[in-house]
Amino acid sequence: MDVEILSRIQFAFTIAFHYIYPPLSIGLGLVMVFMEAQYLRTGNVIYEKMTRFWLRIFALIFGIGVATGIVMEFEFGTNWAVYSRYVGDVFGSALAAEGIFAFALESGFLGILIFGWNRVGPKVHFFSTIMVTLGSMFSAIWIVVANSWQQTPTGYHIVGEGLKARAEITDFWAMVFNPSSIERISHVWLGSFLAGAFLVMSVSAWYLLKGKYVELSRSSFSIALGVGVVSALLQLVAGHRSADVVAHYQPAKLAAMEGHFDSMKPADLYLFGWVDKKSQKTTGIAIPGGLSLFVHGSTEAPIRGLNSFPEKNRPGAVNFVFQTYHIMIAIGMFLIALTLYSVYLWWRGTLFEKRWLLWVYVWAVLLPQIANQVGWYTAEVGRQPWVVYNLLRTSDALSEAVKAEQVIFSLIMFTFVYILLFALFVYLLNKKITHGPYNDHDDEHSPRHLEMAESLTSKTH
Amino acid sequence: METFAGIDYNTWWFLVIGAVFTGYAILDGFDLGAGALHLFLRKENSRRIALNAIGPVWDGNEVWLVIGGGALFAGFPEVYASLLSAFYTPLMIFLVALIFRAVSIEFRSKEPMKWWRTMWDVSYSLSSALLAFLLGVILGNVALGIPLDENHIYRGEHSSFFNLYSVMVGITSLALLMMHGAIYLVMKTEDKLYDKLVFLVQRTTIFFVIALVITSFYTLLYIPHLTNQIRDTPAMFVLPVIMILAVANITRQISKRRYLFAFMSSAVVISVALIIVCLELYPTILYSSDSPENSLTVYNSASSQKTLGIMLTVAAIGVPLVGAYTTFVFWTFKGKVKLDETSY
Repeated sequence: MDVEILSRIQFAFTIAFHYIYPPLSIGLGLVMVFMEAQYLRTGNVIYEKMTRFWLRIFALIFGIGVATGIVMEFEFGTNWAVYSRYVGDVFGSALAAEGIFAFALESGFLGILIFGWNRVGPKVHFFSTIMVTLGSMFSAIWIVVANSWQQTPTGYHIVGEGLKARAEITDFWAMVFNPSSIERISHVWLGSFLAGAFLVMSVSAWYLLKGKYVELSRSSFSIALGVGVVSALLQLVAGHRSADVVAHYQPAKLAAMEGHFDSMKPADLYLFGWVDKKSQKTTGIAIPGGLSLFVHGSTEAPIRGLNSFPEKNRPGAVNFVFQTYHIMIAIGMFLIALTLYSVYLWWRGTLFEKRWLLWVYVWAVLLPQIANQVGWYTAEVGRQPWVVYNLLRTSDALSEAVKAEQVIFSLIMFTFVYILLFALFVYLLNKKITHGPYNDHDDEHSPRHLEMAESLTSKTH
Repeated sequence: METFAGIDYNTWWFLVIGAVFTGYAILDGFDLGAGALHLFLRKENSRRIALNAIGPVWDGNEVWLVIGGGALFAGFPEVYASLLSAFYTPLMIFLVALIFRAVSIEFRSKEPMKWWRTMWDVSYSLSSALLAFLLGVILGNVALGIPLDENHIYRGEHSSFFNLYSVMVGITSLALLMMHGAIYLVMKTEDKLYDKLVFLVQRTTIFFVIALVITSFYTLLYIPHLTNQIRDTPAMFVLPVIMILAVANITRQISKRRYLFAFMSSAVVISVALIIVCLELYPTILYSSDSPENSLTVYNSASSQKTLGIMLTVAAIGVPLVGAYTTFVFWTFKGKVKLDETSY
């Protein structure tokens, strides 16, 4: 295999693995902010136990997210040196801003979050929780800005030619607010909120099914359901706007997402289907004129097909892009229905009696994860053959100094390490969940209260 | 060329990156040093205390590496691209060691079994030592220079990375960070463990001094491009003098039980070592060993003046913020380690 395909596999593998964790941190962080706010508001010990339980899981997720994230930062330079030279002026700036503004904020306050429970007051701790969550959301901003610039580059000009060519910033804010930034950041945020909320609901549902920690689990579930339903509904808007941007700025990607080879008027919107690239046929269930309606507001408006682009400028893996995109949409729709129905039951007061529904929630934790993954596959594979849209080809972006055997070595190493990491993650997550938020005997006292009691008794001796 | 306070943007950005990497070496340096010493502590409780001494801060310390990498990418993309693709294999090992270090800290305390804890202790200590060593090896290669062609692409053998000089710098770096880590742990411990660590400070200081002397002599004798500045500018002689005084001061402060001053002295040692390297290299960042005209300097490898200006603004806002919450976190966890239910 050549260096290009190996480097692409390595990048795809390391980024996909990394992307399991940051969305969970962001989403779980937000849910924890609500939990701890409830604790401060009510003083009810159940909210403290809840927050501390999820904090332990948050620490685990965050730790793996950081460890796998640093790999990403250096992989641009190691495997994609030409790309790094080309985009450093623009992309590097966003990455550096991420490090200094966002990552430092979350990692700095994380120590207080985890170890500071007995060191700082409740308000300072709550402040730290907010800072960590904000930090992780800021991280997402800069990373998505950098990626969005690759999708819809603006605010730059090209200096030099051939090997020496590179993009330089002409307008920083035009670069930051490129045409797809806002849409994609909100899309990514909401996907992350869903990932976090569904993790909390999954674990809570499992406890409820087992009849354990009932009061705590009901409260956790309700908080997470609130985050989940709002995010699922807003995602409809954000997702639609993201697709709009693609239709506008990356028509070849849109054609692949919908499996359209010939330009059509009106163009259909597939609910599901299968793309055969050889015969250039897409079979499936479609809404006639739906795509035209969505993109242009009229069922009669024309949509460009893949064949209207030169072969070398359009994505190759059409069926893959089609499938990943449609899986994402299907999951998004299902999550809206699921959360709306659950809110209705919650309002009726019968939610926690529906055991089948709780079982659905136990497994539904995988759905936002899958949707987040396949959504990114759509975005990144659909952008091919470009690494920076219409400017730099992926095949031209490699490191000249790196040989295939080196990438094979690192790829094997990462595969081994990440499988180990994932196994440990699942094992420890399971252990923490089995252990639960508290033991029966410490039901009454929070450790902070215990500590106060201890200090009182030791003074009397 | 744009300037600020009489110094051009390129040089400012070189200073910022130097400062960030120095910050990384000082902050994560003590984590790595403490990690490298971990297996010298035999008792379970000692190991827990040592681990919890860095527990709340190591993650934040690692951020400086992330900022440094991003700053290099943004400010000197040519260096970022050439350096990282040239050092592919050792960097990949570095990244995996970084993962193992993080994972070992996180997972060690999660199970009570002895084999589990020993396994993570070994993995934690070896990965920390490897990281401390590799940081030195990378620095050694940067100082020595690597063969670059006219497009700044690495044209050397991949095994040449572990050359004699770089390995010497690697060992010196390991010794320095072990000393630094031992001093940090002394600040954080009491009783018998404290006595043991005071002993380790002495031993690692001796180790460091020997390594430093050998590496310095080798540099002075065989690597002219790293000694030109100090030959031409006698005033620079003050730097090695400061370094020697700072090393001597460590032992003095330890015996007076003023650990914070001892720690600051060892931070001064790290800073001065890196300042000397930066001054010797400047304006070069990555020296082309076989054809010096292909070297990457702060001028031919930099981003546009506009971007450097933007990034300097970002740094001017961001670095004080990072400094502020780093201080806040360290202040929160000041004093000796007390194990509680949130500990590792």
